[in-house]
Amino acid sequence: MLLSSVLIQFLNGLAGASSLFLVAAGLSLIFGVTRIVNFAHGSLYMLGMYLAVWLAERIGFWAAVPLAAITVGAIGALAEISLLRRIYKAPELLQLLATFALLLLVKDFALWAWGPEDLLGPRAPGFAGAVEIAGNAFPQYDLLLILLGPLVLVLLQLLLSRTRWGILVRAATEDREMAGALGVNQRWLFTGVFALGALLAGLGGALQIPREPANLNVDLSVISDAFVVVVIGGLGSIPGAFLAALLIAEAKAFCIGLGYSQATLVIEFVIMAAVLVARPWGLLGRMPVPARPGAAEPPLAPPSRRLRWTLAIVACGLALLPLGSGGYTLVLLTDLLIFALFAASLHFIMGPGGMYSFGHAAYFGLGAYAAGILLLREKFPMELALALAPFAAGLAALAFGWFCVRLSGVYSAMLTLAFAQIAWSAVFQWDALTGGSNGLVGVWPAPWLSSKPAYYFLTLLICASGIFLLWRAIYSPFGLALRATRDSPLRAEASGIDVRATQWAAFAIAGLAAGVAGALYAFSKGSISPEALGIQRSVDGLVMVMLGGIQTLSGPVWGAALFAWLQDAAARNIDYWRAATGFVILALALVLPNGIGSLLQAKK
Amino acid sequence: MLELKRLNSCYGRAQILFDIELELAAGEVVALLGRNGAGKSTALKTVMGLLQAVSGEVRFKSRNISNLSPYQVARLGLGYVPEDRRIFADLTVTENLEVGRQPPREGAPHWTLEKLFELFPNLGRMRERRGGRMSGGEQQMLAIARTLMGNPSAILLDEPFEGLAPVIVENVATTIRELKREGLSVLLCEQNLRYARLVADRACIIEKGRLCHAGSMAALDADPALLQRYLSV
Repeated sequence: MLLSSVLIQFLNGLAGASSLFLVAAGLSLIFGVTRIVNFAHGSLYMLGMYLAVWLAERIGFWAAVPLAAITVGAIGALAEISLLRRIYKAPELLQLLATFALLLLVKDFALWAWGPEDLLGPRAPGFAGAVEIAGNAFPQYDLLLILLGPLVLVLLQLLLSRTRWGILVRAATEDREMAGALGVNQRWLFTGVFALGALLAGLGGALQIPREPANLNVDLSVISDAFVVVVIGGLGSIPGAFLAALLIAEAKAFCIGLGYSQATLVIEFVIMAAVLVARPWGLLGRMPVPARPGAAEPPLAPPSRRLRWTLAIVACGLALLPLGSGGYTLVLLTDLLIFALFAASLHFIMGPGGMYSFGHAAYFGLGAYAAGILLLREKFPMELALALAPFAAGLAALAFGWFCVRLSGVYSAMLTLAFAQIAWSAVFQWDALTGGSNGLVGVWPAPWLSSKPAYYFLTLLICASGIFLLWRAIYSPFGLALRATRDSPLRAEASGIDVRATQWAAFAIAGLAAGVAGALYAFSKGSISPEALGIQRSVDGLVMVMLGGIQTLSGPVWGAALFAWLQDAAARNIDYWRAATGFVILALALVLPNGIGSLLQAKK
Repeated sequence: MLELKRLNSCYGRAQILFDIELELAAGEVVALLGRNGAGKSTALKTVMGLLQAVSGEVRFKSRNISNLSPYQVARLGLGYVPEDRRIFADLTVTENLEVGRQPPREGAPHWTLEKLFELFPNLGRMRERRGGRMSGGEQQMLAIARTLMGNPSAILLDEPFEGLAPVIVENVATTIRELKREGLSVLLCEQNLRYARLVADRACIIEKGRLCHAGSMAALDADPALLQRYLSV
């Protein structure tokens, strides 16, 4: 590789870093002060893109960019005042759920307003050409972006260190309760920070339009990039975000430059995993102070008589169902059972374990792929493939879990997301084994299971026993130890519990159970595609668990049922099913903050 | 100035305070004495609005403040210095003080940076030092100074002498007497009778969340039986 092309790749990286930095800085600011992980941050970026393209046609590019950013900032403030303000005291995961609902709403709003096709943005007037650098043509606009990143960094630093507002933001980031006791009105501080963060995201999106068309998929890809950058840089550190954005963008640019463009998918997550293992709080981050003193969860009540009866009746009902229903209902119910097991496995580590997983679909998907590969490539009988496949997922969970239990809270959650993304891109790119983007087809069950009712009974049997075993585990000595590590790792350790080993084992068990669900899923559909372990699937799991209620026993089952039904009913009957789902989630989050499962919990 | 009426307060489902009655007159220094876990800190937190009272009333300057947020209580002129000081470790001394700054208040002394640096000469010599890089005594001074920046008419001090070297204890005591001279009312929590003697006009004893004695500091000293019963370890 020539020196000149090294230089060009380097400059490409710098240009890419700017937008990334803007988004990540906003995300970091918002998290630092409000402690809300804003899933909808990528959506604000997407809005910035669409608005800028739309406005540019009317008022010209240079007026459109700032106006789009300011509009997005105002939208952010509005969302904070009308929605987030109500849930600052709610559990962390509920907040995540609410911002995720926001993401769904924004996506469908963009679909409604601008249609499904990508929108090509204009060139930036005055910067449409290219300059020659070391014998290569380099876009002028990219040079402008290279300058803009550091400029925004400096402005933000000045704002935070030289103004009273900035000092209050930093104080609240560190200890917002104390800031309140000193007379700082957090409400407007939070709104201001949210608006600023949203404005930066909108600006990042608006500036990107000459380089990339506005499209509906950008929200999820940007949010996962931004998460990675924020976590590498250290939550709440703006210079850290800059450094990390630079690192990621450079790594990506050089991957493309060297001809390994597929590797861009993996490289950022590999860097993140490496950084987190070496510096658990990110490059420039510090050990986070808990926003509130960690209140122990109330003890998980043993299933009440009411719950036992409800479950028994539901199980009998499910067993009798094939007698009186058609094929479609059975397919839907099979899905529902599989999702219930998937959700229960995720609940196992999140509820009793207190560990967040944003990438649980990895184990679901790996179970599915292992089943398919064993059946098609290794020619195993279907029964054996179904029995062995979950262990592939369990092993992966063992490997990933080793890293994850070494971190805590949001950092650990980000790492799970990173590993899921690695698994996804491995599957996506390993054509020979996994069929790449086409996936595997012809993954059918053995003849005796091929009828819908037969497979339904098998699924019912396996999922019900799987969920039952997970529940038993929660009340076993192991489950008690696990709950102790959640409520107070230090005290658990002091009373002789190996905290990491316990959490690690829980992680592996959850992975194994998700793998069972995945393998069942593969045979029920007859085919597997990389979506089985995509971000969307992980998020689906989170939504199911949170809908059901994180600290209830039967929550994941009800959550999965509601979610599967909602998705099915909405996807068939409503054009904007995402927005509909979003509204339902928001309504539930505001009305039933402890999940549906709490309705069946024994009354105190 | 400050009045607690039949105040009940809970942490989760555990009730900590039972019908606490307490009064702090203008310009008075009152020590809330009690053993570890008696509910002293909880009382201050409830007054501040950091904990919501279950029942009862807190009145400040004849106004019911029971349902206000901490920031509203602070803006009415009631300052709070927490037990663990809670200095913003990333912020410099001047920045920490800036967080506490509120507009001047009628009937309360008005503090400026310069005036505070006079009161705490140590802080004046380390204006650009980050809060995290200060000693415990320096942090205690900063915590008090930061609260004074809000120009309060009364302040709540949670164990201001805890963990300080004897010479620093003397410093802090002098400061508290100085504040009293400026006209501030002070309510402080203390486990140690000796420290309370340094500053307090009156003492209230709290035991297992109930107020069991209130009287002048001198009267308390004259009653060994009382001391023996509630304060000896």
